[in-house]
Amino acid sequence: MTKNGKELEMTDRNGASRRDFLRAGLAGGAAALATGTVARAAGPDPAITEQQPWRTMLGEGVDARPYGAPSQYEAHVVRRNVEWLTADPISSVNFTPLHELEGIITPNGLCFERHHGGIAEIDPAKHRLMINGLVDTPLVFTMADLMRFPRENRVYFLECAANSGMEWRGAQLNGCQYTHGMIHNLVYTGIPLKYLLDEAGVRTNGKWILPEGGDAAGMTRSIPIEKAMEDCLVAFKMNGEALRPEQGYPLRLVVPGWEGNMWVKWLRRIEVGDEPWHHREETSKYTDLLAGGKARRFTWVMDAKSVITNPSPQAPITHGRGPAVLSGVAWSGRGTIPRVDVTIDGGKNWYQARMDGPSFDKSMHRFYFEFDWDGSPLLLQSRAHDSTGYVQPTKDELRAFRGYESIYHNNGIQTWYVNEKGEAENVEVS
Amino acid sequence: MSRFLETALALAILATPAVASEKLGIGRPALPEEVAAWDIDVRPDGQGLPEGRGDVMTGEPLYIDNCAICHGDFGEAIGRWPVLSGGQGTLTRDDPNKTIGSYWPYLSTVFDYVRRAMPFGNAESLSDDEVYAITAYLLYLNDLVDDDFELSRENFTEVRLPNEENFFMDDRDTVELPALTREPCMENCKDSVEITARAAVIDVTPEDTAAREQRAEGAAQAEVAAAPVEPAPEPEPAVSEEMLAAGEKAFRACRACHKVGEGAKNGTGPVLNGVVGHPAGMVEGFKYSKAMKKQADGGLVWTPEQLDAFIADPRGFLKGTRMAYGGMKDDDQRAALIAYLATFSED
Repeated sequence: MTKNGKELEMTDRNGASRRDFLRAGLAGGAAALATGTVARAAGPDPAITEQQPWRTMLGEGVDARPYGAPSQYEAHVVRRNVEWLTADPISSVNFTPLHELEGIITPNGLCFERHHGGIAEIDPAKHRLMINGLVDTPLVFTMADLMRFPRENRVYFLECAANSGMEWRGAQLNGCQYTHGMIHNLVYTGIPLKYLLDEAGVRTNGKWILPEGGDAAGMTRSIPIEKAMEDCLVAFKMNGEALRPEQGYPLRLVVPGWEGNMWVKWLRRIEVGDEPWHHREETSKYTDLLAGGKARRFTWVMDAKSVITNPSPQAPITHGRGPAVLSGVAWSGRGTIPRVDVTIDGGKNWYQARMDGPSFDKSMHRFYFEFDWDGSPLLLQSRAHDSTGYVQPTKDELRAFRGYESIYHNNGIQTWYVNEKGEAENVEVS
Repeated sequence: MSRFLETALALAILATPAVASEKLGIGRPALPEEVAAWDIDVRPDGQGLPEGRGDVMTGEPLYIDNCAICHGDFGEAIGRWPVLSGGQGTLTRDDPNKTIGSYWPYLSTVFDYVRRAMPFGNAESLSDDEVYAITAYLLYLNDLVDDDFELSRENFTEVRLPNEENFFMDDRDTVELPALTREPCMENCKDSVEITARAAVIDVTPEDTAAREQRAEGAAQAEVAAAPVEPAPEPEPAVSEEMLAAGEKAFRACRACHKVGEGAKNGTGPVLNGVVGHPAGMVEGFKYSKAMKKQADGGLVWTPEQLDAFIADPRGFLKGTRMAYGGMKDDDQRAALIAYLATFSED
């Protein structure tokens, strides 16, 4: 690879200031003129000179769409499944179209799904939450009961531990939807789990909880009581509206920063115990087999990770050379993301990306890197730094620790190769 | 205390915000029967195990009837369903085979999971003795017990799985974090960069081209969507939309194994397009049980009446069927299901 493109002044090595940004805006305009990428109209544009039907006809009224849906021109923006991954679509997973999204909040209908026994369609009038085990008083709550507890609103990412799991052996799937789409980021409204546990009265020997789902799989996971008391929520709203059935309606557990499998959906029971249960999803699955044949268990925290969502294989550069916007997301189960580095030459030189939008603890963060593409091939990577000082490793660094067979917790740096035409491909580099 | 002060105090209490550790008195005590109905979890130390017992010989036919259709006759698995047996000695190899015998640390996990979630789509349909028997049979399939072994609550914790000692607590904090908490190189970090792996070479990405074309043809598609749809063929007058909706809902009990509609393929069970009125046991490429083949040879046709009897009580209707389903007891539900299935033709 030779010179790949030149970055604009705006993103200097110490991070861009607002003044830098304004300066770069001017520089960008100048660069565009200099490289001749400003389009010159060949003739009058019919999009302007001809009347469009939406101008000459009245549209539908307010009763036409009592629950709104995206424009018909966005019909391709959907969750997608990788058929060969699982035996059937009931106990399976689909993927969030990250390449079509901006900001930090995932729309409710696009949040990836992972079910172990299909979507339970629960009647909230017949839903109960039970707390039992090592408590002073085993309790039963109706949904109406739960609405009387103090509630909180918090933004968290949920990432499946198997996100990027198909990429351990090498670049495999072409698209950040498939390589990184087992994640979503939402505003949850819920009751701090501590309030409910306190209501039942956890006994001094109560060291673990076992949340259980009411679906056909009866999902269970063991969670230490410290985490349960610290920041877990029993959520009933996502982005302001009721949880979607596929996200656990009417109740799901929120376990901030920890692997998605623990966020039990269709939550119907929480047992308190003195030992973990070692159930199927924390022994047979969601344990990380290392190269020597031994396996890590209870690998709960999601390590810091990032991915460039544009350009990416499903979102190529279509505008040719000139000013280009690189957009991406980053997150960490240990805190916030104060910094993301970006390279366009496969890691020879790195630049600090511009962080944009709100920064919440254990939430997704958005970053941008504006550059002037000279039309030569690019090797794009992003590298997240979290608020603890942890820096996202390369895939080879991870393999040195874990080997190739651990399936879960692959947070290695992703590389996209962009060719002269602007088409992007999932690759790995030396 | 004056009445005024009493009132003031009462008001102050009412207005006091709830403190986290203070009980609010919301909810009601759970009854012992309620806890017993839901609390079926089992731990490695045996806590939660019910009374009961079952041996390998009893477990074998139960396994063949309820489990083999996905997990294979010997636990080797059909398609991508979980493999349950074999794999010892493969954990250090490429493509390790993680089974009950080679990987799972505790037998209690098998018992708990079979009881709470299996058979797939028919959870909690097995008796406790049957779960003991199937668990014993799974130990036998993994060469961990002899064929005369009986598992019970009494001897359960004596059985140890071979890989128990090879699990350890997450140690990323000490092993990985110190090395990965650093100020990374920003300039001239490498002399050269080579591409070492490419996803396009492996080519397993689904629908990629389709998605791209879809984006490009967005406008064209929108026009198609706006165009008048061809008039649908006259619906069968006897079947109401409500009934078809009820049938579709009833089909949820079947869809884990059976597919219908365009592009439906054989899964755990045969594809059901055109099943109503069709001779039994004839779907191409599906491996039927001996019992079903015999019926097919004998000329069984899936008339609505025959289907109704089969779905009501699969094993009563056809002893030896592989269909691991307990039966749909509600007459109206079955009628709706058959009406729904009749809307799918063989093409």
